[in-house]
Amino acid sequence: MQESPKYWKGIEELENSPEFVKNALTEFADFLPVKESTGGADATIAPRRDFLKLMGFGIAAATLASCEAPVRKAIPYLNKPEEVDPGIANFYASTFFNGQDYNSILVKTREGRPIKFEGNPESPITRGGLSARAQAVVLSLYDGGRLQHFAKKGAKIDKDQLDQEVRNALAGAGRIAIVSPTIISPSTKKVIAEFAGRFAGTEHVMYDVHSASGLLRANGGVVPAYDFSKADVIVSFGADFLGTWLSPVEYARQYITNRKVSKEKQTMSRHFQFESNMSLTGSNADVRVPLKPSEMGEAVLAVYNAVVGGGSASSYSNKQLQTAAAELKRAGARGLVVSGSNDPAVQTLVAAINQALGSAAVDVAAPSYIRQGDDARMSRLLRDISNGQVGAVIFYHANPVFDHPMGADLAAALKAGKVRTTISLNDRLDETGELCTYAAPDHHFLESWNDYEPKRGFLSLAQPVITPLFATRQAQDSLLTWAGNPTTYYNYLRNQWRGVLGGDFNKAWDKAVHDGVATGTATPALAAQTAPALDVTGAISAIKSAPKPSGIELAVYEKVGIGNGANLFANNPWLQELPDPVTKATWGNYVTVPRAYAAAQKWEQGDVVTVTANGKSIQLPVLIQPGQAAGTIGIALGYGRTNAGKVGNDLGKNVLPLLGMRSDAVNYVASVTLAATGTQEPIAQTQTHHTIMDRKQVVQEATLKQYIENPKEVTEYEKISTPDGLEKPNKVSLWQDYEYKNHHWGMAIDLNSCIGCGSCVIGCQAENNVAVVGKQEVINRREMHWMRIDRYYSSNHHKTEFETEGKLDTYAAMEDPSENPQVIFQPMLCQHCNHAPCETVCPVLATTHSSEGLNQMTYNRCVGTRYCANNCPYKVRRFNWFSYYSNEKFETVNGHMFTDLGRMVLNPDVTVRARGVMEKCSFCVQRIQLGKLEAKKQKRRPQDGEVVSACAQSCPTQAIVFGDMRDPNSRISQLLRREDGERAFHVLDSINVQPNVTYLTKIRNTESSEFNA
Amino acid sequence: MNSIRLRPLSRLFLALFLTVATIGESLAQAVGAAPAVSKEGVAPGATAAATPATAVAPAAGGGDAAAIAAGDALFKGNCAQCHAVNDVVVGPALAGIAKRRPMSWIIPWVKNSSKMVASGDEYSVKIFNQYSKQQMPSFQLSDQEITSIVAWVTSQEGKATGPNDNANGTGIKPGEQGPAGGADTADAGAGKYMNVLLIVLVVVLIVLIVTLVIIANIMKDVLRGRKDLDGRDREVLEQRFDFSKIYKSTAVRTIVGVVFVLAVLYESIQGAMGVGLQQGYQPTQPIAFSHKLHAGEHQINCAYCHTSVYKSKSANIPSANICMNCHSQIKTESPEIKKIYRAIERKQPIQWVRIHNLPDLAYFNHSQHTQVGGIECQTCHGPIQNMDVVYQYSPLTMGWCINCHRETPLNTKGNGYYDNLVKLHDKSNGAVPFTVSSNGGTECSKCHY
Repeated sequence: MQESPKYWKGIEELENSPEFVKNALTEFADFLPVKESTGGADATIAPRRDFLKLMGFGIAAATLASCEAPVRKAIPYLNKPEEVDPGIANFYASTFFNGQDYNSILVKTREGRPIKFEGNPESPITRGGLSARAQAVVLSLYDGGRLQHFAKKGAKIDKDQLDQEVRNALAGAGRIAIVSPTIISPSTKKVIAEFAGRFAGTEHVMYDVHSASGLLRANGGVVPAYDFSKADVIVSFGADFLGTWLSPVEYARQYITNRKVSKEKQTMSRHFQFESNMSLTGSNADVRVPLKPSEMGEAVLAVYNAVVGGGSASSYSNKQLQTAAAELKRAGARGLVVSGSNDPAVQTLVAAINQALGSAAVDVAAPSYIRQGDDARMSRLLRDISNGQVGAVIFYHANPVFDHPMGADLAAALKAGKVRTTISLNDRLDETGELCTYAAPDHHFLESWNDYEPKRGFLSLAQPVITPLFATRQAQDSLLTWAGNPTTYYNYLRNQWRGVLGGDFNKAWDKAVHDGVATGTATPALAAQTAPALDVTGAISAIKSAPKPSGIELAVYEKVGIGNGANLFANNPWLQELPDPVTKATWGNYVTVPRAYAAAQKWEQGDVVTVTANGKSIQLPVLIQPGQAAGTIGIALGYGRTNAGKVGNDLGKNVLPLLGMRSDAVNYVASVTLAATGTQEPIAQTQTHHTIMDRKQVVQEATLKQYIENPKEVTEYEKISTPDGLEKPNKVSLWQDYEYKNHHWGMAIDLNSCIGCGSCVIGCQAENNVAVVGKQEVINRREMHWMRIDRYYSSNHHKTEFETEGKLDTYAAMEDPSENPQVIFQPMLCQHCNHAPCETVCPVLATTHSSEGLNQMTYNRCVGTRYCANNCPYKVRRFNWFSYYSNEKFETVNGHMFTDLGRMVLNPDVTVRARGVMEKCSFCVQRIQLGKLEAKKQKRRPQDGEVVSACAQSCPTQAIVFGDMRDPNSRISQLLRREDGERAFHVLDSINVQPNVTYLTKIRNTESSEFNA
Repeated sequence: MNSIRLRPLSRLFLALFLTVATIGESLAQAVGAAPAVSKEGVAPGATAAATPATAVAPAAGGGDAAAIAAGDALFKGNCAQCHAVNDVVVGPALAGIAKRRPMSWIIPWVKNSSKMVASGDEYSVKIFNQYSKQQMPSFQLSDQEITSIVAWVTSQEGKATGPNDNANGTGIKPGEQGPAGGADTADAGAGKYMNVLLIVLVVVLIVLIVTLVIIANIMKDVLRGRKDLDGRDREVLEQRFDFSKIYKSTAVRTIVGVVFVLAVLYESIQGAMGVGLQQGYQPTQPIAFSHKLHAGEHQINCAYCHTSVYKSKSANIPSANICMNCHSQIKTESPEIKKIYRAIERKQPIQWVRIHNLPDLAYFNHSQHTQVGGIECQTCHGPIQNMDVVYQYSPLTMGWCINCHRETPLNTKGNGYYDNLVKLHDKSNGAVPFTVSSNGGTECSKCHY
């Protein structure tokens, strides 16, 4: 019998290798890609029939199961607290301060669970604003990474036993150190003093992760209180006062007060920023000048020479600096110079300039206390610990192993047992806590009583809003217990306040707890603070003698989201996924390099480079940053955590070990060498295009000069061609207009006031149960934020070059931002169009228009065609690609939707969206409904300001105005009437979708654009 | 002749057919009656127009009508669980209180009775001892509020307040209600009458059929006895009905097939529509609490236990401490009450079985409907004051919600929120009532967000 010829498809078949046999059996190798294989190889190769069987069974089971509704329980309180009514939110005033920025807050609780923070309008400091970081901290209460019990060497231990052992250990410890970040609580300091009284040889050392030691030393041990609203000329040398420097919420409000323009107030401050990294503040500056960190001293000296005179000649000079100095001099008392440098010499000169100007914006008499860290003492202590000269250390919210440049030495000393007794009061076993013998975790601040004095004479209180979730104890109580004082901290605190509050104490105390702040009170009289004597000569010689670094300079900065990388921030998925205002990057840090340098090295975005300084090196991906000063790079601190928790671990690298000390202060600048590794690591950015390519329809800006000349001409209104000539786009429409009888909700966003800080993004996320998707999904462009802040860079190329350069080439060129671009921020959310393109394409009418002007999204009707997102000109609709609340892939990043503990933070009035549905901004319809209902119950119309969206509520600069456009007296109606035809414009007006969100043109206080050239 | 002879047989078939048809129909009616009616629920518009209890101002008696109206609400909210006007409940009957005691005594007594007793006031001590030394709780009411309560009590004197009197003014007469089960009482009564009629009819028909069969047989016998029949007649006489012809007929088969398929389809669709519906759901609760006893017979105001029904989205299932307001004194030996004691001792809250389950995607707010809309509890919850064991009265479907929103006029009277809206509505469309839906009440994001 003749054998038929056999053909083979390839060598593999001929050889019949085992791999080939295996693959030949499964034509479609992968199981449905719903669940990515995590090691279980069997799941991925389940044949199709099994899948069909499973599906058939699943459908049958689901059908059967759905016939019988599950028995649900309704469990009332056993003994209902008087002030709690299920379904009604209670607000309690409190304060958030963890050594970074101070925020007076109102905590919204539902059925006893804190679910959201809002700004406390009673506070004279933050005045109702909140930073993004403070907004997100509510999530940290339900952080499963917190240590849930007392521990000895990581193992659970009884509270009493720990107390006993600690007391015994402390009694014979000799030198005891309490290490903490800045503490602004007078009562806590008193507790520490009492502890020190009990254990002789106790010293309290404070240090700040991003230290202001230099500033403190130049100003006699305090931070001067700044009031940016009193400054007409602001010159900042690397101080990111709108984003991360000292008290950004407070400064942002002051700054914007003098930046808002209207017909009545046609003046605004002029803001010069000299910095190396492109910061949030630099992005908002009128004139931004890139500057190497090593030039900072000389630049300040140049200003000093111009304003005060008498210093030795400066080697730094350029046109912008001369202008800045001249304007400062002209402004006199209305001028202000600030610097973010940690060099005491630079800060001394800055203080001297302000003194010479007689700046009204600097208040030395009522200084700020929010930075007290002393780098010199801290480094001395760390050296002593390494030398085994300290008997016991108590770490109180301090994590120096991670966040101090000498952390590695400390870790080695602790591991080597150089300190006999080590106690951590930190909320988790972080890098430092893990190395301590004892852990007595502190309550979360929402479970604690405390007081704060951010500025002299301004007191505020924190009150517990929930019973402690875990078997923790407030740190002050621990210290009191160990010191042998049986009073609780609450009573201790009250006793402290007896001396502060006048009149009937109980009444005054209740009022203070209710308001959260005690205005009109003062701490026991302190000696009047006077302007410190300044050693200008010494400072100048220090600047002159500063070593001139060779090569690339590294400037370490803080990111707006993660801040100093403390536990509350680092393990917080909301903050990790908050796009950095400038780079728009999430989840991790990176090296920001100037474009020219990257081009010269042939580096692309995402190339991993090795950064070496002081003999240590880290590897991070490159992010090309327009505006980065030539010869510098920037790396954010606060990353590279290893013990923060599931969310915060192993994101980015810790840059602090690269830093050294200079003049007894941490030097946030270093000389580095860079080397490419040849590997790639993608950076999760939410915005990858950079410029608006001259499209005036998207975002508009003008100069103050143009505004003063003719406010009617600052905004360009697009006209469309009709048979009757050029007309406004809304003259021609296919659709009929809606008639709004009851309300017409609308929003106005003043681009002149928006600083891009991202507070609204987190506020929206907390209010609307927006899911966190994680790094990979951000890279896949599937982030879920309902509100985003678009950041646009200016380009050197314009449409005027069409003739000479050709249209295509010009457009290509316009995509590139200029070397030092101007930046503009634009909050973008659902525009609630009156002629919404999304509504007309939905095949199931899941998105419809309401009689109050809202573009409604009905999740239970949505079948997920995504036509609406496709048809949305603003790209604000978000599709749920996964069940973020149950898909194990998201358990780490979206943990707060997984566990019973985490779910307590969800807003019960807003649905958690399922997979396969579209979602978007609802204008906080739950808040609208609530506001209307309250008004109806009181038989009246809602008043303006009662119904406010979460973003508008949280905005520190009041850039967002929300209200009823049908109410002629509402703030938004008045604003729109006033700005109509001047600054008010709609994004993409020419497509005539008639949005209910109006933007106001940004005004820059520059005479011409040549400043930035 | 032939045709006449054969008539009885055809009549027999006709009669049989009719009988079967009638029985079938009546059965269908009997089965269908209950669900058909109960699915309807109470016509939403019927009771919605009723003003809330707080606004009812009985004109009887002297005094300011507004004060009396306010007193009515206050009495029901604060006093009714222990006092009635004309009967002794826990505390004394309050009829004639204004004549018995001066206001100068009543006001401090209500505010703090134990202080009065402690002060040795003769009447106070007497009344304290008379009612088994049971202390009356203190009430934080203003003098004016206490006066209006007394005014209301005076206005109510002498009025019969038996357990059958419906204090909530819904118009559903408790006495006529059958036991729980979801059937509407009035229609159920009519159904019973119809059933008797049908049974009589069926009996008459059966008798008729039997009679006819007998007659036919007799006639057949008679015919068989006759010899003068020809072949054809005999054939007819001996003819036997061939049933196989019926099921072999294509027409019959088609009809039966189509009817069967339709019936299955109908049933499946009905079944599918009913998935997740829990109308009539009446689970056994851990404690045999009777709304009939508390809300019906003792007329305790709903909001006394469901404290937040007028102010919050949830009505609030009462916590054990609310039970204890009365049951620390009343029926302390009852095994059911002891369950509450046990819960308190063990610090374990009572786990009631939730009856009314809205899907998570729907937002419902009680206060919007009770406080603003003025809807009675019974409109959605049914005759709760007659339920020993509570069941789900309404279907709680979206269709049911929407229907009510379409038909119910808004409760706009005296509410400043609506003034301008009513004007606008009347100007443009005055002929139709200003319903919830005409104010946007059927838009998606009123309930879904």
